[in-house]
Amino acid sequence: MSHINDTPITDELVAEHGLTPDEFQMVCDHMGRVPNYTELGVFSVMWSEHCSYKSSRKWLKKLPISGPQVIQGPGENAGVIDIGDGDAAVFKMESHNHPSFIEPYQGAATGVGGIMRDVFTMGARPVANLNALRFGAPDHPKTRHLVAGVVSGIGGYGNCMGVPTVGGEINFDPSYNGNNLVNAMCVGVARTDKIFYAAATGIGSPVVYVGSKTGRDGIHGATMASAEFDDASEEKRPTVQVGDPFTEKLLLEACQELMASDAIIGIQDMGAAGLTSSSVEMADKGGVGIVLNLDKVPVRETHMTGYEMLLSESQERMLMVLKPGREPEAKAIFDRWGLDFAVIGELTDTNRMVVHHAGREIADMPLGPLADGAPEYDRPHVPTPKAADFNAAWLDTAPDTLSALKTLMGSSEVASRRWVYEQYDSMVMGDTVAGPGGDAALVRVHGTHKGLAMSTDVNPRYCFADPVEGGKQAVAEAYRNICAVGAKPLAITNCLNFGNPERPEIMGQFVGCLEGMGEAGKTLDFPVVSGNVSLYNETNGTGILPTPAIGGVGLIQDLNKAIGNSFTQNGQVIYLLGQTKGHLGSSLYQRDVLDNHEIVAPPRVDLTLESAHGHLVRDAIDQGLLAAAHDVSDGGLLVALAEMCLTHGIGAEIDTDGDTGYWFGEDQARYVVSVAADKAEAFEALAGDVSLTRLGKTSGNTLTFGSSLSISVSELHDIYEGWFPALMSS
Amino acid sequence: MQAAVIVFPGSNCDRDVAVCLEAATGQAPIMAWHGDANLPKCDLIVLPGGFSYGDYLRCGSMAANSPIMREVVEQAHKGASVLGICNGFQVLTECGLLPGVLMQNKGLNFVCRNTQLNVTNNKTAFTSLYGAGEEITIPVAHNEGNYFADDDTLKQLQDEDRIALTYAKGDNPNGACLDIAGISDASGRIVGMMPHPERRAEATLGGDDGKRMFSGIVEVLS
Repeated sequence: MSHINDTPITDELVAEHGLTPDEFQMVCDHMGRVPNYTELGVFSVMWSEHCSYKSSRKWLKKLPISGPQVIQGPGENAGVIDIGDGDAAVFKMESHNHPSFIEPYQGAATGVGGIMRDVFTMGARPVANLNALRFGAPDHPKTRHLVAGVVSGIGGYGNCMGVPTVGGEINFDPSYNGNNLVNAMCVGVARTDKIFYAAATGIGSPVVYVGSKTGRDGIHGATMASAEFDDASEEKRPTVQVGDPFTEKLLLEACQELMASDAIIGIQDMGAAGLTSSSVEMADKGGVGIVLNLDKVPVRETHMTGYEMLLSESQERMLMVLKPGREPEAKAIFDRWGLDFAVIGELTDTNRMVVHHAGREIADMPLGPLADGAPEYDRPHVPTPKAADFNAAWLDTAPDTLSALKTLMGSSEVASRRWVYEQYDSMVMGDTVAGPGGDAALVRVHGTHKGLAMSTDVNPRYCFADPVEGGKQAVAEAYRNICAVGAKPLAITNCLNFGNPERPEIMGQFVGCLEGMGEAGKTLDFPVVSGNVSLYNETNGTGILPTPAIGGVGLIQDLNKAIGNSFTQNGQVIYLLGQTKGHLGSSLYQRDVLDNHEIVAPPRVDLTLESAHGHLVRDAIDQGLLAAAHDVSDGGLLVALAEMCLTHGIGAEIDTDGDTGYWFGEDQARYVVSVAADKAEAFEALAGDVSLTRLGKTSGNTLTFGSSLSISVSELHDIYEGWFPALMSS
Repeated sequence: MQAAVIVFPGSNCDRDVAVCLEAATGQAPIMAWHGDANLPKCDLIVLPGGFSYGDYLRCGSMAANSPIMREVVEQAHKGASVLGICNGFQVLTECGLLPGVLMQNKGLNFVCRNTQLNVTNNKTAFTSLYGAGEEITIPVAHNEGNYFADDDTLKQLQDEDRIALTYAKGDNPNGACLDIAGISDASGRIVGMMPHPERRAEATLGGDDGKRMFSGIVEVLS
């Protein structure tokens, strides 16, 4: 039988590996010869969009990534920030879009598993999971199947790991009909002096493989994630990995145990492009070379080729470089947890990756070009045309205010996500202070009174109509949500989901969104410390709405001061903080009440106001002046007020009145807050020049507003809670 | 008093319950490893929640056959108090210390939420600090919590007053027979329950109804 490396390298084979002719020529130049089949495979995954960020790197460099709170910015497995007292928060968000569309349960589950490995590879214990999900139209025939599978997969993995899933978002839009988005975020906590990095150093140090055995699953997953979908995409099912959260739980505990010693030099999880990318990244970051003997790799299938072992994306595996001589103590730990442990190679001084298998050298490649040699593309981009303004004439046929409120409370964007989040264990670890349903989730740093506040946000409608403002708004909303619970926003991770970057208008969306995000991150001192780019989210040439999801993390020093987003008692004074101009363009009102899908300019984001209002809310919470605070977003003021009535069943009497824009406009930098009557004066004094409107007071079990409109809280509750169960059982 | 928490591979509420035990007793419990065949003599043994052995085969079944469980069963027979929470309850039914089985939830989905419970029997070793019939709030988080037993067993549980906790009317999250959330053995020393008292044992986490489960057993044992 001839060896796979004897296969001739044809133009067709190169194309199948997703390399362009120019890229292939570059590979040949770096190699000094034509690569063999195995080497071609390795280059193709390392140079895939997913691994190399070749279309996005130029623009990612423009994001703010530093600040006194930043310990580790982008480029490692996850970002790290200082949260005081020697503690660090370690976090990242990552996409698993393509696999989750093909096989929703396993695709979503392994997305969650992968992001948790990224976090615990750094020495952190994961303490919270969040997720940002986007599906097609609710009535699309595939939607319910995908929602059920993805939610079940996220729960199946996170619940078994014993890491609480505390928040996230889920939205619906026809643009995701053929390409749903599954973005998983994990937040962990570590000691600042026990952070582990990927860089491998020390010539002769052993390279150790731990975790699950390697199978054929997921081969070329990274390449799949770098191509558009078509109708035949379901045939790619074999490239979806299968998760085993039980093994990952053991891997977590074993790694934590070993990390308590000083035996580890470098550690890297085997995620996209598996053994290939982990070994290339570790050796390249350490400025060394690496030699691997694949005969030592634990496998679960027979007759696997070296090519398959290098490219497999089997889950729950880690690669470590240990201090020489520390193998026995490390092995004892992994044996105790019933996990594979194998020395599969060592570091060299060659700056090359050399791979042996079955008595043959199957690859010999220069590390630098593999890790960083992929071309950086400055893809052509055209700015998104300026969107039209909202046409007031559209309101001529608008329904009355009360009907509109009911429509919005039961809309796919606002309605309760209880059906989803009750399938997630949100309380395990015993530190969840505020789980799903609030503006931001709050998780206590174990053994302290500090809390981490977390939120994921983006409004793709805004990003589509105006990428720059949409990008700003996504960051600003995460900022607001964190402020609303009383925490100081510290840093963000992002997951940038876009269509095909080879189309100038898509690239224009990308460039615009990053410009907006960068500006917001700078002004709000909310730098990006980690992230992920997912391009080619298209099916049959139709792209998704630009969806740069933001995952924000903040810190509250004293958890006992944190507040929720629901009215807590009768007789509290209700204020609106921020100005209302009545901006209806790209609003949920436009989409779901008017059923109008014109592209209209979204609200402008004033970052100076966002900062000032955020500070005020935090200061007021810190001084104990607020009883509840809620960010005003989808659906505007009236929806925010209605939402605040729900949890405790407390109504409100609103004395102000206004037009449609007043009730449903989505002007930014606004919060609704409630204040105990005896603290109202102090709060007004604290507010100073900030625009503050006294709206009314909490009262009874009815929401009354306008001149004479009212709706019972129980009716609001039924509408709000009814939509999701009805969808899933229809 | 000496308390121990059994750690199976896949247990994930072991730390949470250890925190509560330490708060109640003033000392850290023994964390006993599933593969150990010996366990120091204990007054209280807790089988924590989680996914022991990945819940593969059947929830709790492999854990019930682990080396440490022979010790647990023996000490239980000699008078130790045993509390099985969630996956721990499943282990107790699998190893025969408690009757019945925990089937998949009627709704076919994992469910995590607060539930209203009635303390149906406040004379077990773990429920003595609750009032008879008191309504308390404790969360559940499980996929297999649907308690089932044959009619004779259910009648026996009722006749012997061994139903310790029931879900309040209309709040049964899993379809359990007789709304059963927790049961005991005939002596009241061995209790299995699906809700997680360790998750609601301090006001910061939304309430502390679960705390008396731990302070109660400490009071009984000391």
